[in-house]
Amino acid sequence: MNAILKMVLQRLGLGALTLIVVSIIISIGVELLPGDLAQEILGQAATPETVAQFRKEVGLDKPAYVRYFLWLGGIFQGDFGTSLANQLEISQLIGKRLQNTLFLASLAALIAVPLSLLLGVLAALYRNGIYDRAVNAITLTSISVPEFFFAYVLIIILAVNLGWFPSLSNVSTDMPLWERVYKTFLPALTLTLVVVAHMMRMTRAAIINLLASPYIEMANLKGIRKFRIIVHHALPNAWAPIINVIVFNLAYLVVGVVVVEVVFVYPGLGQLMVDSVQVRDIPVVQACSLIFAATYILLNLTADILAILTNPRLLHPK
Amino acid sequence: MNETPTHDQSTDAVAPRERVKRTWQQTTWLFLKSAPWSARFGLLVIVFYIFIAFFAPVLTPYGESEIVGPEFEVWGEEFMLGTDNLGRDMLTRLLYGARNTIGIAFATTCLAFALGSILGLLAATIGGWIDQALGRFVDILMAIPTLIFALLLLTIFGTAIPTLVAIIAVIYSAPVFRISRAVAMNVVVLEFVEAAKLRGEGLGWITVREILPNIMPPLVAEFGLRFCFVFLLISALSFLGLGIQPPTADWGSMVRDTATLITYGDITPLLPAGAIALLTVGVNFVVDWFLHKTSGLRDDQ
Repeated sequence: MNAILKMVLQRLGLGALTLIVVSIIISIGVELLPGDLAQEILGQAATPETVAQFRKEVGLDKPAYVRYFLWLGGIFQGDFGTSLANQLEISQLIGKRLQNTLFLASLAALIAVPLSLLLGVLAALYRNGIYDRAVNAITLTSISVPEFFFAYVLIIILAVNLGWFPSLSNVSTDMPLWERVYKTFLPALTLTLVVVAHMMRMTRAAIINLLASPYIEMANLKGIRKFRIIVHHALPNAWAPIINVIVFNLAYLVVGVVVVEVVFVYPGLGQLMVDSVQVRDIPVVQACSLIFAATYILLNLTADILAILTNPRLLHPK
Repeated sequence: MNETPTHDQSTDAVAPRERVKRTWQQTTWLFLKSAPWSARFGLLVIVFYIFIAFFAPVLTPYGESEIVGPEFEVWGEEFMLGTDNLGRDMLTRLLYGARNTIGIAFATTCLAFALGSILGLLAATIGGWIDQALGRFVDILMAIPTLIFALLLLTIFGTAIPTLVAIIAVIYSAPVFRISRAVAMNVVVLEFVEAAKLRGEGLGWITVREILPNIMPPLVAEFGLRFCFVFLLISALSFLGLGIQPPTADWGSMVRDTATLITYGDITPLLPAGAIALLTVGVNFVVDWFLHKTSGLRDDQ
């Protein structure tokens, strides 16, 4: 048990270190700007006095490391600073949008994870057949296709021609849950299409890997049905890689929302970030980057740790 | 998965009979004949795109950003695929888009490879603290999601095309560094490298003449894969309005410009999106085949 604890702690430490370095990169990135940030934002026409005033307001007159700690300290108290574009508190801008984004990502995960597990197990069961080859081709295709292509195809089929779902998802947090799910369904389905193939393929690979091992052959020789062998004998040992790939794809989902949110005009964090990049509202972009990056890193860290914890060989050391 | 023998096996004939001499056209033809249908399809797609990219000005009826008709004209005689939101011919822009989008993505990938593989090779050859430092730095770079990192950097540096190319090249040089270092590590320990070191060859000779030729196949395959990722990322950024800027014709921004048509059931926006998808699918098919042929790198069974 001690070895596991040590490995988990190591990973946690590494994760924390990564987070800190990434936060430094995000906050200090502005320093790399050729010229002066204040001048850049206010434009060439600004007088030296306004520039100086602005620098003071945003805190640019302080040295970089002081600003970094002020920024980080603020974030721990839920204060992300103020937006340059509209002088609003960033935490206010972000609050509901973050909820919306998480809602979208979770809905997509709720559809994608069971679906890909099922399809993956089926692919392992009927491997080397037509179904299997189709899975292979579809996987290659789906990692090659841009998200917005899926999104617009879904809109044309399900929203415009069939009229089942709205093509714009103007959700808000105070909607009844059912309506919210209904309006979020198309973006969630798009995200599902993006991640499901990869997860399915990895599930299949993880199970097929095990099917060659002696204890599976033993089960085969005992005459156990194929489905039972896969679900009861192979799957428990395949959990580690499968969980890993699921969490990895969840991390991808969190980032993949950006494009999908823009297509469906979904009021989420990704939309906010894109809008802010367009007007070069640096504090908002920094805040959004930090949230996205932190979520991504934390989910990958979870994948790492779960992989350690579910590995039967590590759980029962000799 | 094709057992047809390729040209390199023709040399190990047992009998001392005269070696069959083939011209390079014949060897290429034999090589292509051994390809599965998916790879042939991919090659066909790539050749088609390259052709269009080179001959766009000849093939197109109008100028790249010339306004030739009313906005959102439907498909018809005069404008085969209609016009876009400013009244520019869709077909013309689609063809020019091949040139711009693929050209920029290709340049970016080349830059990423130049940067990543040189650093990777150096890290593998020199080792020591340089290797450690570069490795940890790349770990950090890769911990940040690509799209988010690109958005952050574009905010800071602006969205001019050279900046875009530089930013994405730097971001993607990280995975290139990783793979080239990993494959070079396997070669560095071999005897002939040791021999070259003992001969007193310089660092440049060892990396370029001894190691590089031995790691080419995985690097070439990786180039194909990375090109797809770069291409998709640039398209996504253009679609978000942050990549290649108007009036340059580019598939990502064309989808964005004509997106409103989708709500009227018009599939015009799907054309540039489909053009992106078709090329990446084609490249992926070819890379998949190439990997099967050269190594077991992607054999996940």
